[in-house]
Amino acid sequence: MTPDNPTAMRVDLQLIANMIDPNTRVLDVGCGNGALLEYLWRNKQVDGRGIEISTEGVQACLSSGLSVVQGDIEKDLSNYPDDAFDYVILSQTVQAMMDPRGVLEQTMRIGRRAVVSLPNFGYWRLRLYMLLHGRMPVSENLPYEWYNTPNIHFCTIRDFVRLTRHMNLTIEQSLFLDEAGTSKTIGSSTAAANWFGEQAVFLLRK
Amino acid sequence: MTKDLNGSDTGKKNYANTAYADGPWTLPGERVRLAEDVPLPLDCGVELSAIDIAYQSWGELNADQSNAILICHALTGDHFVVGEHPITGKAGWWETVVGPGKVIDTDRYFVICSNILGGCMGSTGLQSNNPETNTPWGRDFPVITIGDMVRAQKRLIDHLGIEKLFAVVGGSMGGMQTLEWACQFPDHVFAAVPIATAARHSAQNIAFHEVGRQAIMADPDWCKGNYLAEGKFPHRGLAVARMAAHITYLSEPALTRKFGRNLQDREAVTYGFDADFQVESYLRHQGSSFVDRFDANSYLFITRAMDYFDLANRYDGHLTNAFKDTNVRFLVMSFTSDWLYPTHESREIVHALNAGAANVSFVEIESDKGHDAFLLDEPEFHKVFEGFLEGCAEHRGLERNGS
Repeated sequence: MTPDNPTAMRVDLQLIANMIDPNTRVLDVGCGNGALLEYLWRNKQVDGRGIEISTEGVQACLSSGLSVVQGDIEKDLSNYPDDAFDYVILSQTVQAMMDPRGVLEQTMRIGRRAVVSLPNFGYWRLRLYMLLHGRMPVSENLPYEWYNTPNIHFCTIRDFVRLTRHMNLTIEQSLFLDEAGTSKTIGSSTAAANWFGEQAVFLLRK
Repeated sequence: MTKDLNGSDTGKKNYANTAYADGPWTLPGERVRLAEDVPLPLDCGVELSAIDIAYQSWGELNADQSNAILICHALTGDHFVVGEHPITGKAGWWETVVGPGKVIDTDRYFVICSNILGGCMGSTGLQSNNPETNTPWGRDFPVITIGDMVRAQKRLIDHLGIEKLFAVVGGSMGGMQTLEWACQFPDHVFAAVPIATAARHSAQNIAFHEVGRQAIMADPDWCKGNYLAEGKFPHRGLAVARMAAHITYLSEPALTRKFGRNLQDREAVTYGFDADFQVESYLRHQGSSFVDRFDANSYLFITRAMDYFDLANRYDGHLTNAFKDTNVRFLVMSFTSDWLYPTHESREIVHALNAGAANVSFVEIESDKGHDAFLLDEPEFHKVFEGFLEGCAEHRGLERNGS
């Protein structure tokens, strides 16, 4: 993506960016090549930091003028002080964690707010795939086989909402993306979102 | 003349008769006298007035003086970063990183490197005259610290009229100086790149240094530190110190790849103590060539400075407070096979900076070359380093490369 052409950014990243106020401090956990952080820096004057495990990702971030620490999310979040950031972003990350709840707890500790995006395993095509084929779904968005997927803790939108309740978190805003790529608000009943959302984005507060 | 480890003359000159005994200073580069009006206070309590600092620079300082990079050299390094070394005739120690179009691009940046205070390549050190006695300081030279070295460098930067360095960079002991710069002079540093280093010297590293020092002091030619006056030089002790240290700069895989158990110019072992193995021959060469260019007492004093380095100690053990409210942009780098300054020590720096909400990046570079990787051809290291400087240049308002 280029900063001048934000429409080229992954759709869920654009939704996340929209939830973040300008001139704030942001940590992007699992920031990849830094596309979101660079967008936030150039368009919202955000003071951004990233954590990324791959050297290629870190290198791309540094070349873009971003500050990124190479590290393991599940080990390194504990080193940040409480309320160090206005927002901590987990984009398509929680489902790849060994301990998603632990990571979310750390996220809410070091950030005043968290923005979480995740794939919805309750999406109707995935349910149908399992029903018809009796096999773990493989799709354009989820191209991995069960034995090589990094996504080791899949959940549905409803599962995630339930976890936020267990953790006494407030959902300030929640959106789902349907297959046309249109974003819609997740209502108090999660039913429609859970059937028709391919992905969801949550803005959480302690 | 230099002798080999068995005491035979090698026919070569050694440090004592190349650099100083031959008369007036003749090495290339600049040398300035500083601290004439305001003495330099040292951590040990002594004040030094009128110090000489030898340095070299490359590139051009831009109009608003925002493109200056200070390179801090390591224990046995010097300010001959690129180009032929005046004593050894070998290439500079950081040719892989510094030069036109390289990571530290001398077409773009004004690059400075000075010989450390207490060094033996032209800056005030043990071989300089003590103004009170008008004889060389020798062992009476005050025990300097990394902090002292950096305060001396600051005087040089002031002398050059540079208010704020674009970057301070260095590996190993150079990394310690880089951290000191960021700690002592945060408003005069835009970016800091400590490489393969630590915020304090570990017990293991102090132990290795002690082996080296004991080797020097056990050499009868050390003459209780008075060898210059007695016309001698503890070449055997210094060579052994270098050999022991050199092992710590490498790694087991690197030694195996380079030498394995290969024999040196022979078909079978000799059932004796000649250098049967290539690795022995290599180490002996490292030791004997080192004494050509380095002073034994300087080695004692500089290793001591490294041993004393413990940045958090001045802040009641809280490293975070060493960088409180800092605006310096940091890039910390380590190498996977570096067992002298292992990655976890770099991570401690990163965690301390994170805890203080500092602007820090960190990368661990995959390499099997050990501590010396930062001096060698490591493309990934160079790419990350270059990317960081490029990003900083944008934040500093310097033109992007090629734009």
